[in-house]
Amino acid sequence: MKVKDNKIKESLGGRIFDVFNIIFFIMVILVIIVPLLHILSASFSDPILVMRHKGMILKPLSFTLDSYKAVAKNPNIFTGYRNTMFIVFVGTAINLFLTVLAAYVISRREFMWKNVLTVLIVITMYFDGGMIPFYLTVKSVKLDGTIWALIIPSAINTFNLIIMRTAMINVPESMCESAKIDGASHMRILFTIMVPLTKATIAVLTLYYAVHHWNSWFHAMIFLRKRELFPLQLILREILIQGDTTMMTSGSGEDVALIGETIKYATIVVATVPVLCVYPFLQRYFVKGVLIGAIKG
Amino acid sequence: MGKNIAIKKDCLSVTAMPARKKKIKFSERVKKDFIKNKELYLMALPVLAFYLIFRYGPMFGISIAFKDYTPDKGFLGSNWVGLKHFKAFFNDYYFTRVLRNTVVISVSTLIFSFPVPIILALLINELKSRKFSRVVQTVTYMPHFISTVVICSMIIQLTVKDGGINQFLSFFGFEPVTMLNQPKYFVPIYVISGIWQDMGWNSIVYLSALTSIDPELYTAAKIDGAGRFRQLIHITLPGLASTIIIMLILRIGKMFNVGHEKIILLYNELTYERAEVISTYVYRKGLLQFNWSYSAAVGLFNSIVCFILVYTTNKISKKVSETSLW
Repeated sequence: MKVKDNKIKESLGGRIFDVFNIIFFIMVILVIIVPLLHILSASFSDPILVMRHKGMILKPLSFTLDSYKAVAKNPNIFTGYRNTMFIVFVGTAINLFLTVLAAYVISRREFMWKNVLTVLIVITMYFDGGMIPFYLTVKSVKLDGTIWALIIPSAINTFNLIIMRTAMINVPESMCESAKIDGASHMRILFTIMVPLTKATIAVLTLYYAVHHWNSWFHAMIFLRKRELFPLQLILREILIQGDTTMMTSGSGEDVALIGETIKYATIVVATVPVLCVYPFLQRYFVKGVLIGAIKG
Repeated sequence: MGKNIAIKKDCLSVTAMPARKKKIKFSERVKKDFIKNKELYLMALPVLAFYLIFRYGPMFGISIAFKDYTPDKGFLGSNWVGLKHFKAFFNDYYFTRVLRNTVVISVSTLIFSFPVPIILALLINELKSRKFSRVVQTVTYMPHFISTVVICSMIIQLTVKDGGINQFLSFFGFEPVTMLNQPKYFVPIYVISGIWQDMGWNSIVYLSALTSIDPELYTAAKIDGAGRFRQLIHITLPGLASTIIIMLILRIGKMFNVGHEKIILLYNELTYERAEVISTYVYRKGLLQFNWSYSAAVGLFNSIVCFILVYTTNKISKKVSETSLW
C-alpha cells in the first residue's frame, strides 16, 4: 500500500475525491450485498407477501420457516449433499495424491525422463481434445454412469501440477540428498520431507480442487444417469433453473405455485451458506493461490 | 556408502561430462537409469497412464472430426471422410450465428469486464482507511465463491417479470419483462453478472502488483509537486503495465473459449439467436443430438482459432513491449 505522508496537506480536489471514492465503494458493497440479502430475506418470508412486494426485500416479511421445512422434505437435497461430500473428499484426496506424485517425479534431477514427461504434460495445457472426444474417451473406458467419471478423468489439473512442481524444485537438493544417503525410498522422501516443506502450496491446491469439485455440475450432467448419484449442484439445477419444485410441494393449486418461489430461495441459501461461512477464514489462502498462479502463469 | 558414490557419479555424468555420455548407447542408458530409479518409474506410471488416457486419448480422438464416427465402429474403425464435416459447418445455416455470438460475447466481455478489476484495484489503493479497504475486499471477493448454478438461478430469479431488478427499473418507467426471454438482453445480463461475480477476485492480482511499486517513487513525485492524479498517470499505471499486459494476453487467449456452463444454464429456445456460441453448439450437436463427428469438427475449429489468437497476441506483445508468456 501507498505510504501516507501527513506532512504534505491534501488538496481540496484530493479530499473531494476521497469522499466520492468512499461513496463509490459503499455503493459497490450495496450492489453485492443487496441481491444476497434479498434472497436470504425472501427465503424466510411468507410467499404471498413476497409475491406482492415491490423491489428488493431487505428483511423477512412475516418470518416463517415453511420454505425450509419444504426443502428438508426433499430427499434429493440430502443425497445431493452426500454425493457432493463424497466427490469433494475422495476427489480432492486423489487429486492431491496424484498431483504431488507427478510433481515429485518431474522435479527429480536424476530422473532421465523428467524433461520428456514435463513437455508431455505442458503440451496438454495448450492443446486438448475438446468436449466430444473427451466424452467419448471417458465412455470408452467405461467410467460413464459412475461417480468415478467425475473424479478420475479430472484427477490432475495441469496448471496446479506446474505450481506444485515449482514449489518442489525450490526445495533445496541437500534436503533430499541426506535422506537418500540414509537409504530412504522416494516415497518416504516425498511424504516425510517434500510434503511438509511444500505444505503452503498444497493447502492452496487443496482449496482449488475442493472448490472445483463443489461447484462442478456439467460433467455430472453428461456422465450420470441415475438420480441417486447426482451431486448437489445438479439437483440445484433441476430445482432452480428448470423450476422443478414438485418434490417439495404437496397438494395443488395456487399455494403450491406460490411457495415454489420461496422454496427456490431457501434452496439457494441451504446450498450456499456453508461455503460463504467457511470462505472468510480461508480467504488469505485463496489470495495466496491467485498470486502463486499469477507469478507462474 | 556405495549409494553415495553412485549419486556423486551420476551428478558428474549429468553436469560435467555430456560429451562422454553421448558415447553410451541409448538403450544402455535407459537400462542403467531404470535400475537406478526403479521406484521413480513406478511412481511415474499412474501419472503417465492418466495423461495418456484422459489427455492424449481425447487428442487422438479428434481424428473423428475427419471421420464418420459411429459408436459401434469406434475411434479407429470409422471411415475417413476428409474435410466433410468442416465444409458442412462452414455451410451450416447456424455457422454465422454461432460465430457472431461467440465474437460478440467474447469481445464485449473483454471490453467491459477486463478494465473493471484494474479500476477497482486503483480505487481500493486510494482508500485511506485500511479497515474499510479490507471490508471492501472481503465483500467484493465473496460472489466468486458462489457456484455457477446458484449464480445463474439468482440471475433468473432477479430478472423475471416481477423480480427485483424489473421492479427497481420500473421506478424509471421501464416496462417489466422476463429479461432472459428477450434475446437483446442476453449479452448485457451475461456480461454484467460476470463483472458482478468476478471483479473483486480479478482485482487481487493488480492489488498485489500495486504493493510492489517502490513507495519512494511516490515520495519523490510528491516533493516534485505532483498531485494524486499525476502520480497515478506517471507512477502507478506504468508500474501496473506488465501485469495488465500479461492478464490481457491470457484473456485474449481464452477469448474464443466462451464457457458453455453459464450459457447452458441461462439460455433457452427464445434466446438461442443471441446466446448460442460455438461451445454450446458443440454440446447441443454432439451430446444432445449425437452428431459426434460434426460437433468434434466444430470443437476443433474453435481450438484452432483459440490457439492462433494466443500465438498472435503473444507475438505482438513481445514486439511491442517485451512482455510475453513464453
